[in-house]
Amino acid sequence: MAAPLLQTQDLSMHFGGVRAVRHVDFSLAEGELRCLIGPNGAGKSTFFKMLTGQLEPTHGQVLFRGQDISHAHAHDIARLGIGIKTQVPSVFDGLSVRENIWLAASRIHSGDKARGAVDDMLERVGLTDAAERLVGQLAHGQRQWVELGLVLATDPELILLDEPAAGMTHEEVNKTAELVREINRTKALIVVEHDMQFIRMIAKQVTVFNQGSVLVEDSVENIMRNPQVRDIYLGKQAAA
Amino acid sequence: MNARTLNLLGLGVVGVAGIAFLVLVPRLFELDVVLELTVYMIMAILALSLALIWGYGGILCFGQSAFFGLGAYTYAIAMFNIGESTIPLLLAVLVPAAFAALLGYFMFYGRISDVYLGVITLTVTLILFNSINSTAGPEFHIGSARLGGFNGIPGIPPLNFPGNKGAPIDLEGMFYLATASLLATYFGLRLLLASRFGRIIVGIRENERRAELLGYDPRAYKLATFTIGGALAGFAGCLFANWGNFVSPTIFGLAQSAQIIIWVIVGGRGTLIGPIVGCIGIQWLTTALGANQPSGGSDLWAKIFANAPLIFGVILIAFVLLVPKGLVPTLGDLGQWLLSSFGKRKTRLQPKRAEEG
Amino acid sequence: MDLVALLAIQVLYAIASLALISVGLAIIFGMMRVINLAHGEFLMLGGYAAIVATSHGISIWIAMLVVAPIVVGIIGVVIERTIIRFLYGRMIDTMLATWGLSLFLVGLTTAIFGNTTVGISAPLGSFQIGAYRTSGYTLFVIAVAIVVLAAIFAVMRWTRLGLIARGTMQNANMAAALGVNPPRVYAVTFGIGAALSGLAGAVLAPVSGVFPTIGVAYVAKSFITVIGGGAAILSGTVSASALFGTINQIATFVTTPVFGEVALLAAAIVLIRLLPQGITGRFFRRGL
Repeated sequence: MAAPLLQTQDLSMHFGGVRAVRHVDFSLAEGELRCLIGPNGAGKSTFFKMLTGQLEPTHGQVLFRGQDISHAHAHDIARLGIGIKTQVPSVFDGLSVRENIWLAASRIHSGDKARGAVDDMLERVGLTDAAERLVGQLAHGQRQWVELGLVLATDPELILLDEPAAGMTHEEVNKTAELVREINRTKALIVVEHDMQFIRMIAKQVTVFNQGSVLVEDSVENIMRNPQVRDIYLGKQAAA
Repeated sequence: MNARTLNLLGLGVVGVAGIAFLVLVPRLFELDVVLELTVYMIMAILALSLALIWGYGGILCFGQSAFFGLGAYTYAIAMFNIGESTIPLLLAVLVPAAFAALLGYFMFYGRISDVYLGVITLTVTLILFNSINSTAGPEFHIGSARLGGFNGIPGIPPLNFPGNKGAPIDLEGMFYLATASLLATYFGLRLLLASRFGRIIVGIRENERRAELLGYDPRAYKLATFTIGGALAGFAGCLFANWGNFVSPTIFGLAQSAQIIIWVIVGGRGTLIGPIVGCIGIQWLTTALGANQPSGGSDLWAKIFANAPLIFGVILIAFVLLVPKGLVPTLGDLGQWLLSSFGKRKTRLQPKRAEEG
Repeated sequence: MDLVALLAIQVLYAIASLALISVGLAIIFGMMRVINLAHGEFLMLGGYAAIVATSHGISIWIAMLVVAPIVVGIIGVVIERTIIRFLYGRMIDTMLATWGLSLFLVGLTTAIFGNTTVGISAPLGSFQIGAYRTSGYTLFVIAVAIVVLAAIFAVMRWTRLGLIARGTMQNANMAAALGVNPPRVYAVTFGIGAALSGLAGAVLAPVSGVFPTIGVAYVAKSFITVIGGGAAILSGTVSASALFGTINQIATFVTTPVFGEVALLAAAIVLIRLLPQGITGRFFRRGL
């Protein structure tokens, strides 16, 4: 079996008295798309933050292509090839769409190549017309795409999407799903989402988080039929 | 390409105006006016140093006067010891830069942010003030230069043409040097800010976390920006020591620090022209308010304190509350609003054409 | 032995004066996250209030302990209503506006009182410790500091006002939902912080004299004490004052007063670097 692209071993995060992530073993293959679901507070975003270096785990390891990145700086991890679209869009609001994407593209290209890459990315996320507008003035759905464009422009190997369809209209959700499928042709993705319709449009394998640890990992159809999964969403305690 | 042509036009205007100013002033005005304008030019360079660090870099530095003072003192001390001005000039830039690099490393690699940056930088300049203020006795000297304590260091020899000790710069020459330096600084910074480096530090200012997640190390970029700003301020300090032939510890004081910040706020934080305008405007106001001598001596501050603090205080409060973006950006916004209302009127006259298009 | 006692008193005095000049700022910063750079001027105004009062025949004790806090407290409320309340949430802008306010107050007092130092003589005589004489006023300052800190503790812990203050500090929206009026709480808090600063300035006036720019000496030290202390108002102020006051006094004793100042400032920088949240960000976290 080929070595996994990303692997976590016994990964844990404690904040004061709260155990946000508990002994998580997780593995993702090259080019795989995995969905991460679970009720609010299950630890998904915290898990992501440990993958990108925004948080240092209190215990356990994160391995990217076999390299231990558990305590690396966020900017070094980004350079290794992990990109994240955060839950609350984190973009450069005071700059134009073009400048936003340029900042990302120019990390791997220079001069004219960078400008060309920016134009390509603008088209890919459908924002060519809005290119000169200030990101802070865009609608929510558009800001999500700006962030997506930012992340893609650095050409990462692994892309983490934290609720990419949140707050979007039906059309925007469809478009985002299409974009995600297209990205998955060449890149690995982990997508956190609540929107089950969206998940069904993109996913094959789903990992379910609950109270900081992995409850079950299975295909989309099996997950949807799993009574434990239904219980944690409805509030009943899952069997220990 | 409209924004870009406007940009180039602006640069052209500044360039032409600057050169005209450089050439015409000594011909049109008396020496005392030239002297006054020289210090305005020097302070404008100081303002630009903070504009870079704070306006573009987003680094809240309350102690920019520390680098200014270090530059002035370094020049004075080196000049008394060496006698020929090339090395003192170099040191006057390198010592503050090194100090900024050290302090910057301490702060940025310690992940200190915002408010705490302000407190630490303020404290640093106060440490310098307190330390140097108390070095009045003859036992406090570096080589043949006495530090002078609260008396300051008088009689600082002026710069000379490189390599030629016997050819010191005269007052008119000082004006040319200061103005040319200001123009060079302005255009140099414009180049820097248009470069990849410049655009990245603006990105870091806008959203440090996102810049980090894209793979940029914000600590390194902030350190570089802070060091360049420190070097610029040090250079301004060297010119200042030359201009008044005198330096005293008040250069490290709270009042000087406050001044620099006020220039940038009043002029406009996100621009370069703004702080220049703010600086020169306020300097002029200070002079008009009753300081009959060129700024520099320690008893000037005693005089100024009678009037200027009141007025500056009101200006600062008013600007923060009412014109938070500063003069130049607000005027820019006003201009844009006027232009766009002209545009609106045009389209209203030709509605059919727009629909057909 | 006498020297030890003398040094101990000096250290206590340094701690007490640091605590006194910082506690007003700590309350304002701790409650409202407002960085008031005009803090030094509140101290200065307290000194002038005491001096004006005494020159009109009021007893020095009443002038220092009653008149000064009330006058500066009222000024504080006015300032909060006219300037500060428009800038909540904008920390940098508050810093800048209060810096402007500081300049304004300096200019105003210079215009009214002139530039020279005005003094009051320290009213308590000196007394003997073995071979050394020390001023009785030193003990008075220490006593005032203890009383003030104890009073704040008592109010915060056992009164309704203290509970409202702590509640608003933790969660202003929730407090509002429960019927508390946050704007009024802020105005009162700022006023109380100002009043305490006025008190400190008045009490310290006999020691250093009063002149318009004396605020400069106070503002940096009180700032770094508050920020070094961290989020908890009382335990923060006390622990930071204790740390810095001791360092200051020992450094002064070993070298010179100027070095003592520098040592204090340097210690602050090191502390902020090591404990960016202040002392009570790490220790004594549950304290008041």
